[in-house]
Amino acid sequence: MHPNHNMIMSEKEYDQSCLATFDILKERFDQNVRDRLQSPLVLPEIRRQKLTRPVIYVGTGTCGLGAGAGKTLEITRQYLKDNAIAADVVEVGCIGLCVEEPIVEIQLPERTRIAFRKITADKAVALLDSVIKNRKIPVENLIGQHRAAELTTWPDIIFIDEHPFFAPQTRWVLANCGIVDPIDITEYIARGGYRGLIKAISQMTRPEVCKSLLDSGLRGRGGGGFLTGRKWQMALDTPGEQKYFICNADEGDPGAFMDRAVIEGDPFRLLEGLAIGAYAIGASKAYIYIRAEYPLAITHLKETIRQAKQLGLLGYNILDRGFNLDIIIKKGAGAFVCGEETALINSIEGKRGMPRPRPPYPSVSGLFGKPTVINNVETLANVPDIIANGPQWFNAIGTERSKGTKVFALSGKISRTGLVEVAMGTTLNDIIFKIGGGILNNKQFKAVQIGGPSGGCLTPQHLDIEVDYESLLKVGAMMGSGGMVVMDESTCMVDVAKFFMDFIQRESCGKCIPCREGTRRMLEILQRITHSRRNETGNDALERFKGIMYLNRLSQVIKDTSLCGLGKSAPNPVLGTLRWFRAEYEAHIYERRCPAGVCVELLHYDIDPEKCTGCTLCAKNCPANAILGNPKTPHYIVADKCIGCGTCVDVCRFKAVTVK
Amino acid sequence: MVNINVNDRIVKAQPGEYILQVLKREGIRVPTLCNLPDLFPSGACRLCVVEIEGMPGLVPSCAYPVSEGMKIRTHTPRALRARKTIIELLCANHPDDCLYCVRNGNCELQNLAEELGVRERRYSGKKSEHKIDTSSPSIVRDPNKCILCGKCVRVCEEIQGVSAIDFVKRGSQAYISPEFNDGLNVSTCINCGQCIAVCPTGALREQSSLKEVTEAINNPEKIVIVQHAPSVSVTLGEEFGLKAGQDVMGIMTAAFRRLGFDRVFDTSYSADLTIMEEAAELVERIKSGGTLPMMTSCSPGWIKFVEQFYPEFIGNLSTCKSPQQMLGAIIKSFYAEKQGIEPSRIFNVAIMPCTAKKFEAERPEMAQNGLPGVDAVLTTRELARLIRMRGLDLRTLEPEGSDTPFGERSSAGKLFGVSGGVMEAALRTAHFMLTGQELEMDRIKPLRGLDGIKEFHVQVAGIELGVAAVSGLSNARKLLEQIKKGRKDIHFIEVMTCPGGCIAGGGQPYSSNPEIIKARMKALYEIDRDAVVRTSHSNKFIQRLYDEFLEKPLSHKSHELLHTHYQSRKN
Repeated sequence: MHPNHNMIMSEKEYDQSCLATFDILKERFDQNVRDRLQSPLVLPEIRRQKLTRPVIYVGTGTCGLGAGAGKTLEITRQYLKDNAIAADVVEVGCIGLCVEEPIVEIQLPERTRIAFRKITADKAVALLDSVIKNRKIPVENLIGQHRAAELTTWPDIIFIDEHPFFAPQTRWVLANCGIVDPIDITEYIARGGYRGLIKAISQMTRPEVCKSLLDSGLRGRGGGGFLTGRKWQMALDTPGEQKYFICNADEGDPGAFMDRAVIEGDPFRLLEGLAIGAYAIGASKAYIYIRAEYPLAITHLKETIRQAKQLGLLGYNILDRGFNLDIIIKKGAGAFVCGEETALINSIEGKRGMPRPRPPYPSVSGLFGKPTVINNVETLANVPDIIANGPQWFNAIGTERSKGTKVFALSGKISRTGLVEVAMGTTLNDIIFKIGGGILNNKQFKAVQIGGPSGGCLTPQHLDIEVDYESLLKVGAMMGSGGMVVMDESTCMVDVAKFFMDFIQRESCGKCIPCREGTRRMLEILQRITHSRRNETGNDALERFKGIMYLNRLSQVIKDTSLCGLGKSAPNPVLGTLRWFRAEYEAHIYERRCPAGVCVELLHYDIDPEKCTGCTLCAKNCPANAILGNPKTPHYIVADKCIGCGTCVDVCRFKAVTVK
Repeated sequence: MVNINVNDRIVKAQPGEYILQVLKREGIRVPTLCNLPDLFPSGACRLCVVEIEGMPGLVPSCAYPVSEGMKIRTHTPRALRARKTIIELLCANHPDDCLYCVRNGNCELQNLAEELGVRERRYSGKKSEHKIDTSSPSIVRDPNKCILCGKCVRVCEEIQGVSAIDFVKRGSQAYISPEFNDGLNVSTCINCGQCIAVCPTGALREQSSLKEVTEAINNPEKIVIVQHAPSVSVTLGEEFGLKAGQDVMGIMTAAFRRLGFDRVFDTSYSADLTIMEEAAELVERIKSGGTLPMMTSCSPGWIKFVEQFYPEFIGNLSTCKSPQQMLGAIIKSFYAEKQGIEPSRIFNVAIMPCTAKKFEAERPEMAQNGLPGVDAVLTTRELARLIRMRGLDLRTLEPEGSDTPFGERSSAGKLFGVSGGVMEAALRTAHFMLTGQELEMDRIKPLRGLDGIKEFHVQVAGIELGVAAVSGLSNARKLLEQIKKGRKDIHFIEVMTCPGGCIAGGGQPYSSNPEIIKARMKALYEIDRDAVVRTSHSNKFIQRLYDEFLEKPLSHKSHELLHTHYQSRKN
């Protein structure tokens, strides 16, 4: 990614603005950095445009590490040592293409940087041999080369920005992710970092910062979509000696990992956004509430906070402007509901993470009863560039009421799972098929679940929707934090609804009755639909039908009366799937079958008498003694005894057992 | 003032007031299971939802402030359906064994199911299963009947400052429990029973001693002696439909005799005795430079609270036993001897407004020669059950007098039932002890009322005496913290565990209405106002007890029988 990717100023102006930041901070750097700053080539050197020896970048975000990047890193270092090669190894965050991890990029002096995919430990040595020793680019495992005007390109190798995964993206928040050493503040500054904060606190008043945010049209990226500038303004307008700023990094939606990637890959961007926000509302204390399951992100935060403090960009008397800010990292213990702002506040206060009634809103009475703003990670990561480049730069992109970009986490049955950032208004089709590369194994696209448990499922008919806050709400989904779980034809939508209801009823805090008691009954109703008649006793069938009758009524009451957002949106997985996949529900209910073949209890096993030779193998292996028949004559399955285990299918050598 | 529109009627309200408060004042009943007056609304039960014009969802009236021009509808089909569904959902996870439940007939869930017309089991499924906790001598917890309204948790934390229980686990797995899911007996629970008082269902109830008492009554070997606490006579009537605050002293005495108790004594008598000892102790501490401020010791929840959270103040606690235990001890010593009864044949029953008294009666320090001072404690509610079981009608009983010598009390002893009352009684006597003159009664009026902390400075015999009466232990915490920080102007502190004193004790008839507590309080002060003998030291029977047996306050004998010691429970 080019450092001046925003392109609102000329290359030269941009470089000067970066140098100006270094200049302001120069006294506070360690001696070795100060020496580097003397060089006329300081920016190209720090940005690694000007290299004296090869650099090997290993993606060691959580996704990379999960795919084996730790081992790759170890082997790479060993290789350099064994071969006495002078080269730098840089650990970077996730570039977004999680499916291809571990990603290794190599840059030789004067040449562009090249990315390779799936470089597991066994492939590392061959790659390094080929590129570093022989200066030959192997075609297998190649992703592409980064574009850099001042460097010599490799011939016949595609540019990453032309790669179908990256080409349709607009990477603002993720600009540095996977590119820079996330815990080196000089790299962040060399790419325009901290210009926003410096501008805010040295040239702008607090109301001006709020106004700028409001003008930009930035809306909360955590789900609700409330105008960030308005939230800040409300907290600024509330009188109070002590105010707090909270960054909500308690990312809990299944299939969402945007916040983690930003904090792992570019934590300074968050810290800068947080500092600007705290300045805007007059807060001297900020909390980052982050789930304890993100240890790497927490490590990075601790280190970057230390560096920012050293440079006077955090702590006491920031940039000598009389503005103080302490950031405290608060680890969440893994409750989904703690992403809800009032529950989060309770949790920070040391209480049980349960929501409080609003009003009063946190901007009036929040943490410890003081005016408090709570913003999500992605929201704050947008802030530095908005201040540095001005609101018009930001709101030039997007739809009428949703400005800027949105990061989505693509997962599920999609070819390229990963993290993508697109301009608001990009169609679902572009995201899923162009960027995501469509469905795995050439299967049919069936649905995409957007917005986590509170969101909804959309269908092929919605692929042309230009994704923004309003368009998603219109079709019963929501932006949420940006998780997109893609499903193919082999997914049963009743099963999906069941999964999310199970999640919600387990993650409900248990405080308000409709959410606590209602969601468990909704789950039970779904479970009954997918249970086989043969496992029912007594009044079970009656209860099954009664449940279906009251499902809608129950959903309505839960929506109407629940205390917090979790409860109010708890019935969405059911209502959403019911809206677009009613036929599938009806097949489960009336025909007692699962069209996708997922709900095992509803599968019907039959023996084709034409194919059956009467070998008796199935009958011998049936654990329920449900198969009858004399040797050498076709067998048959007693439906009421069959438990649907599928053993007969597995053992039949004549493919005589059919499953419907 | 703002004008709001409720069900097409214009209603005046204070700005910022919650809708539910306004509705209550206007006599519009909207149900709630989680609201506690004076505490920040928790918004947990969602039953009080109403429709407000222009708002998409239903709004909880307990937690939503009024604003000018707001248009509210309280009983729309949508709101009613939501309420009914919520009750149906609660029923779906409830044991459904009303016939066997201690709250049958006065259960809030049962009442609401009736009121909202729940007639079928619309929702069904798995019910949560928990073990019943019977470990505490005072309180039984049955989490199966718990609807998680959270009132017990909040009372325990916010009113009492104890936090013995809290929510555990999430979602439908959530339940309320002491720490580590241990029994209440090993928790920090102080046994006050305020949780029972606010529990809408049978999930919390007192550990009943009815069986022991009826067995003792039916045992011809036993002499069963009953004593009743000062506040019981003004609250028992409520259980039988009489208006709050009606004094049923004589009728209750008659009922005791019908129930088969052999003697009927009044704990207010031993409250007088407590005053004699406690006032003497105070005078002694002041004169000899003992540990001050001295703190009262008649409320057993408070005693456990100090032992547990503030053991550094154990030296400040008066060594006096509570009136319940003093009377128990005197009956089994002086009275037994006088009547020629073997003390082991005596079965002392105490009718108390309090569940912590059950714990107190079991304290090993309270035993004399291996015999407990009090053998069984019944709450006011249990007494009412006993009376009903016997088929007695309070309205037809003729009042009778108590037995002598422990049936005669001064009205000072009766004041033990209200917050500030012990202090008032003690000051009357301490003043007399220090000056030889009676205190002007009206001088100590500031100690009356329902405030959580009442302070008062008084000149007695040239000594500037600072006193405080505290009720609700979170208030006690506040005062103790001030004293820890060096506050020196308070010399004597009365602490009652329950807010308002014993009249609002954890064993009293259920009432969520603060007006009822006020009526009970008023009744006790009226009894005092109209009484002839208004100071403990002028109670003839107290004087006789000293003459015949104890010699004088703080004598060797009284130390042996009437005083006790405490132990730190802090880990």
